[in-house]
Amino acid sequence: MIHKSLKQLSQALAAKEISSLELSTLFLDRIERLNPEINAFVTVDREKSLQMARAADARIAAGSAGPLTGIPIAQKDIFCAEGWTTTCGSKMLANFVSPYDATVIEKMHRDAGMVSLGKTNMDEFAMGSSNETSYFGPVKNPWDRSRVPGGSSGGSAAAVAARLAPAATGTDTGGSIRQPAALCNLTGLKPTYGVISRYGMIAFASSLDQGGPMAASAEDCALLLNTMVGFDPRDSTSLDRPVEDYTRELDATAGDKPLAGLRIGLPKEFFGAGCDAAVMAAVQEAIAEYRKLGASTVEVSLPNSHLSVPAYYVIAPAEASSNLSRFDGVRYGYRAPEYGNLDDMYMKTRAQGFGGEVKRRIMIGAYVLSHGYYDAYYLQAQRIRRLIANDFVEAFKSCDVILGPTSPSTAFKLGEKAADPVQMYLSDIYTIAVNLAGLPGMSIPCGFASDLPVGLQLVGNYFDEARLLNVAHRYQLATDWHNRRPADIA
Amino acid sequence: MKQWEVVIGIETHAQLATVSKIFSGASTAFGAEPNTQACAVDLALPGVLPVLNKKAVECAIRFGLAIGAHVAPKSVFARKNYFYPDLPKGYQISQMDLPVVVGGQLTLQVGSGDKAYEKVVTLTRAHLEEDAGKSLHEDFQGKSGIDLNRAGTPLLEIVTEPDMRSSDEAVAYARALHALVRWIGICDGNMQEGSFRCDANVSVRPKGQAEYGTRREIKNLNSFRFLKEAIDFEVQWQINEIEEGRKIQQATVLFDPDTGETRTMRTKEDAHDYRYFPDPDLLPLVIGEDWIARVRNELPELPQQKRERFINELGLSAYDAATLTASQEMADYFESTVAVAGKTSAKPCANWVMVDLAARLNKEDRDIAASPVSPEQLGGLILRIADNTISNNIAKKVFEALWLGEGATADQVIEKQGLKQITDSGAIEKLVDDVLAANAANVAEFKAGKEKAFNSLVGQVMKAAKGKANPQQVNDLLKAKLAE
Repeated sequence: MIHKSLKQLSQALAAKEISSLELSTLFLDRIERLNPEINAFVTVDREKSLQMARAADARIAAGSAGPLTGIPIAQKDIFCAEGWTTTCGSKMLANFVSPYDATVIEKMHRDAGMVSLGKTNMDEFAMGSSNETSYFGPVKNPWDRSRVPGGSSGGSAAAVAARLAPAATGTDTGGSIRQPAALCNLTGLKPTYGVISRYGMIAFASSLDQGGPMAASAEDCALLLNTMVGFDPRDSTSLDRPVEDYTRELDATAGDKPLAGLRIGLPKEFFGAGCDAAVMAAVQEAIAEYRKLGASTVEVSLPNSHLSVPAYYVIAPAEASSNLSRFDGVRYGYRAPEYGNLDDMYMKTRAQGFGGEVKRRIMIGAYVLSHGYYDAYYLQAQRIRRLIANDFVEAFKSCDVILGPTSPSTAFKLGEKAADPVQMYLSDIYTIAVNLAGLPGMSIPCGFASDLPVGLQLVGNYFDEARLLNVAHRYQLATDWHNRRPADIA
Repeated sequence: MKQWEVVIGIETHAQLATVSKIFSGASTAFGAEPNTQACAVDLALPGVLPVLNKKAVECAIRFGLAIGAHVAPKSVFARKNYFYPDLPKGYQISQMDLPVVVGGQLTLQVGSGDKAYEKVVTLTRAHLEEDAGKSLHEDFQGKSGIDLNRAGTPLLEIVTEPDMRSSDEAVAYARALHALVRWIGICDGNMQEGSFRCDANVSVRPKGQAEYGTRREIKNLNSFRFLKEAIDFEVQWQINEIEEGRKIQQATVLFDPDTGETRTMRTKEDAHDYRYFPDPDLLPLVIGEDWIARVRNELPELPQQKRERFINELGLSAYDAATLTASQEMADYFESTVAVAGKTSAKPCANWVMVDLAARLNKEDRDIAASPVSPEQLGGLILRIADNTISNNIAKKVFEALWLGEGATADQVIEKQGLKQITDSGAIEKLVDDVLAANAANVAEFKAGKEKAFNSLVGQVMKAAKGKANPQQVNDLLKAKLAE
């Protein structure tokens, strides 16, 4: 049961082979047993989850169930959920119980009738690529517990990889869904900016943040995406678009060349130096597989992609430095136990409440926005951002999707890069440009290097999620990488 | 001693009269229990996002059109970053590089009577922003309370060029702006509640010098009197400093109404770096021509237009026209009065509204909107003066009677109290003859060249007529008889 796809679980629930209560209990028991080792969840509330499961069972019994009613899911602890402690991986919010639901949570709980199993660990305020910046300790990669699961949605990735949950939510500012999906052998999708509401999703870098699903397969992600998207009047950057069914292309019958006519762009900048040879070998095999499925490949160029990491590390910290100003100890969250005057309260609260990486980025952000540096850093980075977006516009003139590695390496050792922020920042070298351009991107499993999963990144044009999911799905019909599980996860 | 020229620019924060806040759905009503009108967005809970209130934008467009400004087709909200407990997000959403309203002018009357003159003040810009909450420093024993009810209330910050040259001009500008924002319905203008607050940038320079002196900004003046007192004090202080050989440092100062003095709050050195940048949570504000056209159609006739019409169509002086358009209520009252009394009586209508009615209202500290005498009643009264039914003096009696509710119309009062003017020349001649016969001494004095004696005779006749004789006829007849 724990290895079933969402579609299979949905069928099992509909056929009354299992109740949501039983299914949720199954996963909650696994969490209780395995989480102490993996540390994927920071908050579990069995009674709350079971209450949702009972409500879902009532909906199923009443015949008013939707496709995901009763299906358990893990929520990244960046999403505010009413009555749930919502920490964002920080000491600053360790005691914060949200009085309201994020739009994504509301859609999953109220509309879809899904069951939240708990809140998953993450890099503090989503700043990190290894999950080591969490106040609640690092998450272990279920494939090798001495290694990181990636970040910042590392708890969600580890939870799904260890089958503590059939699926999870994540958020992606510079690769935080795709990179942990790659490192944990999952399928993860970051949609076009504006497709999923950011309301109630604690902001890291507002112009880059986007929620998305993390699951075992593209099909699971498509089902989840259907419930997560939609115009939200509470988010001014949410896009008012016609509703679409992201599973619509998946069930079409196709011959042995289901992707005939598809043009896959291979950016030469993603196939040069800087990527592990074993990762590259797996990616090349995936390309060969795609050709077998009927796709053609074309070399494209993203000439400014070498500027994406520097531009990102100006824009994201700039926005973060302002977004995180609200954590001041005045209204909620952590406040230093002892302080002198008001300034002292601010300083002690923020010095004690934030971890090192968050403080580093706040300082970078405040610096690049300060008088006399704004033009040279912030405005310049915004110009580069436009150039990068234009690169993609050009590239998509000759291809339908862009393909390359998700991450330059497989899961690295815990602590390996923790002392070297620049090395850590380079983990996201292939994913960041996609956020800067606001495009949809996916990572799907495409093989192993020294027994560690390798992720393949697929990038689509704006609003091309349905095609992207289908391109991933056809590959997953022809391969079984995505069905591999860590040896001890039975 | 050198001659000094005063240079003043004014920034005004006008709270916009919207039902809900600029970026949330919470109410903007004043005076509720602390923190009862602050929703998740106003409290800046983790994860919340701002959504722009279109009504606030509409207020800005109205204002832009009313001052003949450029309404920007695209403007941008920016974050102004600083820490303060009543600023929940740690930044204020405002507009910096691209404000919604650019330029514009306000024409005002400065001074009164013969010394009155017209002044045109150029506006630099007006931009939308959110108000902060309030820190409550009393009642918490060594701690401060925070009330976030005001947080997120929409503000229009209206900035002038340094065009004003005296505290009188500054006050005239503030009054004209205050009247305008109320006139077009974008601000209730309640200064006690902080709905309309002025900051004055003040500097002095030797007359004839082209460069401006160093300015100091007086913050948060919430009455016209304080505005004047603060500027007058500040100007004198700056002149003294310079004359004693000291330099003015750019600074922000506060005015203490109790001492009448300004004191330095912070100097340029410790000014914040607000690290402005475009708010990524909000899209640029795009205002299409159609939106502007719709707002333009909904605009009432503006004070300036009304003023010109009063001068051109009704023949009023510029001063009268300006006084009568000081508020929408006053202008409405005047126009309703003229509607009854007729355009030919526009000048007497103006005098009655500006002098008699104003004095009576003032005596009881009433608003013109709450006048016991309606414009229809006053118009009816002025009609009876015009057609010689009553004299001006009797009219004052009738007005008082209307004020006290002793009759529904002027005609009723005149009828009931028998105040109709005597215009029958035979009757008046009889009165005149009687008075002349009974006051031989006065007649003799007059004939001896004492002009005063004439007035006394007029008085005697009017007294005999119980004030009802037509004064002009009495005059003419007396003169004729005395000349015989």
